[in-house]
Amino acid sequence: MIPLSWYLTVAAILFSLGLYGALARRNAIAILMGIELMLNAVNINLVAFWRYITPQEFIGQVFAIFVITVAAAEAAIGLALILAIYRHRQTINVEEIDLMKW
Amino acid sequence: MLQYTWLIPVFPLLSFALIVFFTNRYKNLSARLAIGAIFLSFLLAMGVFFTALGIEGLAEEPYRCAFSWFPTGKTSLEIGFMVDPLTAAMLAMVTTVCLMIFIYSQGYMHGDRLYSRFFAYISLFATGMLGLVIADNLLLLFISWEIMGLCSYLLIGFWFEKPEAANAGKKAFITTKVGDVLLFLGMLLLYFQTGSLTFETIFERVNHLPPNIVLAAGFLIFAGAVGKSAQFPLHVWLPDAMEGPTPVSALIHAATMVAAGVYLVARTFPIFTAVQGHPALVPVAIIGAFTAFFASTIALAQNDIKRVLAYSTISQLGYMMTALGVGGLVAGVFHLITHAFFKGLLFLGSGSIIHGVGTNDMMEMGGLRKRMPLTFWTFLAGMLALAGIPPFAGFWSKDEILAHAFDHNQVIWLVGTAAAFLTAFYMARQVFLVFFGQPRNTEIHAHESPPVMTLPLVVLALGATLLGLLGVPADMPLLGPLLGNNPFHRFVGEAFEATPFNPQVMSISISVALAGLALGWLLYGRHPLVAGQTDPLERLGPLWVTLKNKYWIDEIYNATVVRGVILLGDLLFAFDQGVIDGLVNLTGKATVAFATINERFDTYVIDGLVNLAGKGAVALSTLNELFDTYVIDGLVNGIGKAADILGRELRLIQTGRVQNYLLLLLVSVLMLAGVLMYQ
Repeated sequence: MIPLSWYLTVAAILFSLGLYGALARRNAIAILMGIELMLNAVNINLVAFWRYITPQEFIGQVFAIFVITVAAAEAAIGLALILAIYRHRQTINVEEIDLMKW
Repeated sequence: MLQYTWLIPVFPLLSFALIVFFTNRYKNLSARLAIGAIFLSFLLAMGVFFTALGIEGLAEEPYRCAFSWFPTGKTSLEIGFMVDPLTAAMLAMVTTVCLMIFIYSQGYMHGDRLYSRFFAYISLFATGMLGLVIADNLLLLFISWEIMGLCSYLLIGFWFEKPEAANAGKKAFITTKVGDVLLFLGMLLLYFQTGSLTFETIFERVNHLPPNIVLAAGFLIFAGAVGKSAQFPLHVWLPDAMEGPTPVSALIHAATMVAAGVYLVARTFPIFTAVQGHPALVPVAIIGAFTAFFASTIALAQNDIKRVLAYSTISQLGYMMTALGVGGLVAGVFHLITHAFFKGLLFLGSGSIIHGVGTNDMMEMGGLRKRMPLTFWTFLAGMLALAGIPPFAGFWSKDEILAHAFDHNQVIWLVGTAAAFLTAFYMARQVFLVFFGQPRNTEIHAHESPPVMTLPLVVLALGATLLGLLGVPADMPLLGPLLGNNPFHRFVGEAFEATPFNPQVMSISISVALAGLALGWLLYGRHPLVAGQTDPLERLGPLWVTLKNKYWIDEIYNATVVRGVILLGDLLFAFDQGVIDGLVNLTGKATVAFATINERFDTYVIDGLVNLAGKGAVALSTLNELFDTYVIDGLVNGIGKAADILGRELRLIQTGRVQNYLLLLLVSVLMLAGVLMYQ
């Protein structure tokens, strides 16, 4: 059987990739995609922990489903925001979106 | 059937409410509503009546239905209804007469500004009367009694723009209240002594009470009846009540409400007969007989067509009281019922005449026989019934009273017979003055009334003609057995002994009635009065003046009771002015003086203290102010400046770029993780 640490490693790699995307990309959609990657990395962790540590209780699965739901909602709102910004400013480059500056 | 009896007064009550709240604006609808409601009551009452006819022994064991209304201390007041033969007969009579008069009112009140209101009032009145009849306790009876009193007031003063009508309303209300208060005292006495207001219980317990208490209760109840039934000395309101519309006079002041007093005595008869020898009935008989005679003498000298009938009503009510007073309950009730028909008829007839000629004064009328034939014939039937000519209804009932009186007290019988003579005479006078000869006022062009008015006349005339046959003495040869052996007595008065047939009394009363009619014809019929001629009775001189002025009873009351009350009022006013106001003013002045003293004290002592305290506070606050300015403000300003400088520096992190924030977050999390790891 594949040990738990393998799953955790995959999840960590995936999380780091997502984090890098979210921090380094200038395209707002790419940032959203990075966030999705991080969320899914967490899902892998949740399911893996459930499977290996408390297989009798379905807590991990339930959490994962919650996360997926929240991720969907977050993606929808994020995309809607991006669309609205694009209509106003003709760009989705986050470097240029700095209206909240001091 | 009997369990639905309570609905009978409810129908008119509903129509009253509907008219007042909804249909007041639609005159015809209101009238139809009132008539429809009373028609339903009529049908139901007839059903109850015929059901009651078929029940054996209803008099001994009346149908009762009661529920507890509200508790009072140890006992609880019950309210409910009962049906015995007396109730059933009264229900049939009241609803029939009411129905006829409601129909008649449509014609009589036609075009009146307050047409709807009139029907609302008479509906409410019908509620009161029917409620009174079915009541099984003194409380409901008294409530209905007062509803009728109120309606009587409202309807007498119906044309309240006329000061006479408004005053007559007040007079009726106040005069009857004298009796009502005494009746209420009687109720309280009975309740106090027997612990119940229900007839059945009272009658049962009244036999165990001390005789003087029962006597007092009887007198008090009778006083109520005296007020309501306009017996001497409280009769003065009834003639003035004729200021109201004529249907009202017929309904309330002839046929039903005034008979309520008689009904009350009949209903509470066991209280009157509870003491050995029936001393409670003595005043009933004496006042009844006296009123019967006294009122009929006044009726001789009245020229107002309705006032003649009003005094006649008082006199006939006196007859009923007489009958009760000599123990003839059945005779009294029988006369009550026949009287309701023929007196209602006479009043409606007089209303039809007034409608036709436009005046109440009989001296202005004359020769109406040809102009108003239907009114004439029906009026004649009513007049013969009242005068006591066989076979009309009034003959049988009056004869039964006289026969009963003859057996018990011949003085009373003699007074009654004299009154019967006068009755026949004044009715002959009225009929000859109104219907015969030539019109004395040529400007009046009389016309017959519309069918809606004459139809009730015909129905009531049938009653006035035929109803008496129900009460023909059973032992009268030929007629008695032929007419069913006095069905009225067998129905209402099983418990009482029937008055034996007395040919002597009967022949005397027939001849007296005929003599009265003959005298009337002699004076007024043989040579009918022409315009400008004076009344032949004026030859009586001072006696005529006395009768014309109704024995000056009103004047005597004005000089004594009314003046007395006004004097008392003045006295109390003076007391108020002099003593009470003086005291109040004294108190006021004392208060002012005290206030002045107080003011001085305030100015010099309290104010001085307050000012001192104020100065101390000012000094203290000056000190405080210095502390504030330098210490507190310095601190506050210092904090503000520090926050300002910090804000200027720290805001530089707010770059507005999302990823900078994220990076900051990452670095912080990593630092935290490092701290946690190497702790």
